[in-house]
Amino acid sequence: MTLWKRLFPSTSAPQARERLQILLSHERQVLGGGDLLARLREDILAVVAKHVPCEQDNVKVRLERGTPMSILEIEVEVRGDVGLAASRAA
Amino acid sequence: MAKIITVTSGKGGVGKTTTTAAIGAALARTGDKVVVVDFDVGLRNLDLIMGAERRVVYDFVNVIQGDARLPQALIKDKRLDSLFLLPASQTRDKDALTEEGVDRVIDMLSQHFDWVICDSPAGIERGATLAMRHAEIAIVVTNPEVSSVRDSDRIVGILDSKTLKAERGETVDKRLLLTRYDHARAARGDMLKTEDVLDILSLPLLGIVPESPDVLRASNMGVPVSIHDPDSAPARAYRDAALRLKGENIAMEIPRQRGGLFSKLLRRAA
Repeated sequence: MTLWKRLFPSTSAPQARERLQILLSHERQVLGGGDLLARLREDILAVVAKHVPCEQDNVKVRLERGTPMSILEIEVEVRGDVGLAASRAA
Repeated sequence: MAKIITVTSGKGGVGKTTTTAAIGAALARTGDKVVVVDFDVGLRNLDLIMGAERRVVYDFVNVIQGDARLPQALIKDKRLDSLFLLPASQTRDKDALTEEGVDRVIDMLSQHFDWVICDSPAGIERGATLAMRHAEIAIVVTNPEVSSVRDSDRIVGILDSKTLKAERGETVDKRLLLTRYDHARAARGDMLKTEDVLDILSLPLLGIVPESPDVLRASNMGVPVSIHDPDSAPARAYRDAALRLKGENIAMEIPRQRGGLFSKLLRRAA
């Protein structure tokens, strides 16, 4: 094993690269686009949560910048198949 | 009017101050008028790296508060006639810098110099955001290491939202400067490669400064590394980066240490 490791040392840089790519794609969603996306996310969460149970992590706001247009993508995950009828009744 | 550059990184200890001094000196050596400004109030160090620590009389905060005029606070470099330093205050705290004060000083400086280079403190607090406020170009100093890359990404987000350019709907010209790069370790797969960092951060590359004992040697002497030993690898890397800032098209390479074993021995003995 030791000899094997010495002959074929495993490298750590690919792990660093992969971890960073996953982490930053998440952080850019949360923090990216300056304050705009963070504010949008909070407002959307507040509005949705008024009507159906919804957690902070389940609101995803993505902004794909481009020319001539950008795409604002909003994805809200709501638990179960719930809610809509029940909350209307309530 | 001057071009205003901010040297920033988020993370501390990656080489912002070294870079500010080195790029400032390299630009001044081409004949341009350059001022380097220390924004790290309370933890100033640019004066030390420039070898001017014993000549500080007035500082940035004194000028903002009207206790000194700008020319009284500017320190002229001993080696280069066109290089000046505006030191930070060591005794005040960060709140001594105000937006209006910084605006006024940067405005005066940009009328008299070709380049104003702002050395940002680490972090993302007031000092850092004030340092980047006027930036046209931001040099994002990054080590090929996970925490530095992550912090750089965060700083890029802040450059895109909290600068005057961002407020006007424009974007700051952001350039990546990769420092402490070890080619051998990257080739072995134990350090992020240049392409990895470029892929992750997607910024244009300003230069690659190799890890080198010359950086410490220059800081020990209080001389910007770009003019300390002009043949050293980091000196060449910084000079190339400075020329790229001036718009010259210089091929990207990682400068290696020149000379064979004999000159290395001589160097060590010296």
